[in-house]
Amino acid sequence: MVGEEKETILWEVFIQPKNGLSHRHCGSIHAPDREMAMLSARNVYSRRGEGQSIWVVRSIDIVSSDPDEKEETFSSDDKIYRHPTFYDVPDDVGHM
Amino acid sequence: MAKEHKEKIASLEAFQEKIDRDEKIEPKDSMPETYRKTLIRQIGQHAHSEVVGMLPEGNWITRAPTLRRKLSLLAKVQDEAGHGLYLYCAAETLGKSRMEMTQELLSGKAKYSSIFNYPTPTWADIGAIGWLVDGAAIMNQIPLCRCSYGPYARAMIRICKEESFHQRQGYEIMLTLAKGTAEQKEMAQRALNRWWWPSVMMFGPNDANSPNTEKSVKWKIKRYTNDELRQKFVDAIVPQAEKIGLVVPDKDLKWDKKRNNGQGGYAYGEIDWDEFWRVVRGDGPMNNERISAKQKAWNEGSWVRAAAHAHALKKQTALQAAE
Ligand SMILES: [Fe+2]
Ligand SMILES: [Fe+2]
Repeated sequence: MVGEEKETILWEVFIQPKNGLSHRHCGSIHAPDREMAMLSARNVYSRRGEGQSIWVVRSIDIVSSDPDEKEETFSSDDKIYRHPTFYDVPDDVGHM
Repeated sequence: MAKEHKEKIASLEAFQEKIDRDEKIEPKDSMPETYRKTLIRQIGQHAHSEVVGMLPEGNWITRAPTLRRKLSLLAKVQDEAGHGLYLYCAAETLGKSRMEMTQELLSGKAKYSSIFNYPTPTWADIGAIGWLVDGAAIMNQIPLCRCSYGPYARAMIRICKEESFHQRQGYEIMLTLAKGTAEQKEMAQRALNRWWWPSVMMFGPNDANSPNTEKSVKWKIKRYTNDELRQKFVDAIVPQAEKIGLVVPDKDLKWDKKRNNGQGGYAYGEIDWDEFWRVVRGDGPMNNERISAKQKAWNEGSWVRAAAHAHALKKQTALQAAE
């Protein structure tokens, strides 16, 4: 009934709602090539004018950081001098 | 062994704390195996329901009474295909392949919502589905927008935005028929009679018979129990039926001021759980028909998928030759 069929390529879809905003990830789709990926991305993720530009990227081409190394990768608690509140400025200087 | 066991408990506790802090879980985060499995099952069933749900309504696309109705129904059915795809993609982030899910649906192994195993003999059934079935789906789906699993919650937000048109178009069909000739009103009433109880059953077994609910609530996959959602549904639909002069087919239906913690709600009659389980187990009026329709579509689409692959390969080869 269901023959052995190949899995199609998985693509991640990014949509830019309008100029001035960045493309944002909205999900994924399956398609055998870029043209069909673009066509499906449009049909699946933009049926109500959600965007004016679409990017599709093969999921396997995305390099991702290791979630188990979140601490090491992103911790900056020891670098509080990178934040404005670290610096003492008299109150009457006003907004700075 | 003892050490391993302790570590397992510690990581379970850390996971629960994360959930309790209302943090979302993302695909690559560590998670208990049961959490992953529960989600794969739930999201998979949800996706299959959207896909099979296209069949009873698809049955009326070519026979819609006006062009306006036809456009709406086409758009709605297309949305349901989209919902299925958003959800398959959410389930895939948990490590289950699309092909595996498709095979499970086609072989009859996977479950989908039993509501789609009922037939749509008249145009009014399309109204009843939009109003009641999409109405029940919305009740279920709104709390899922806050589900602890990020990709599922995001898919649900997208879906909920699209659902409200589905329910409104269904109610509009019922309203139009109810205002029409005596025959048309009768047709609407009969459709309500057919769809009412199956819709009430859509929320699943009573809480006392739903052993997985507790864990799902604890993990914030579910935010309300089956009976809580069912009560919300009945309370919302009864006045809508009254408004268009249709009668909910339940002689035990009455206002009960003790319901909803004293705020009042509708008491409703006993649900026929034998029927519910019969349909879940495959003995509904349309179970076989639905699966064979999916198998037929898959088999007949096989050459299209093969051609698409061949075309992709040909272009890739040409591109490599040019480089
Ligand atoms: Fe849907
Ligand atoms: Fe819907």
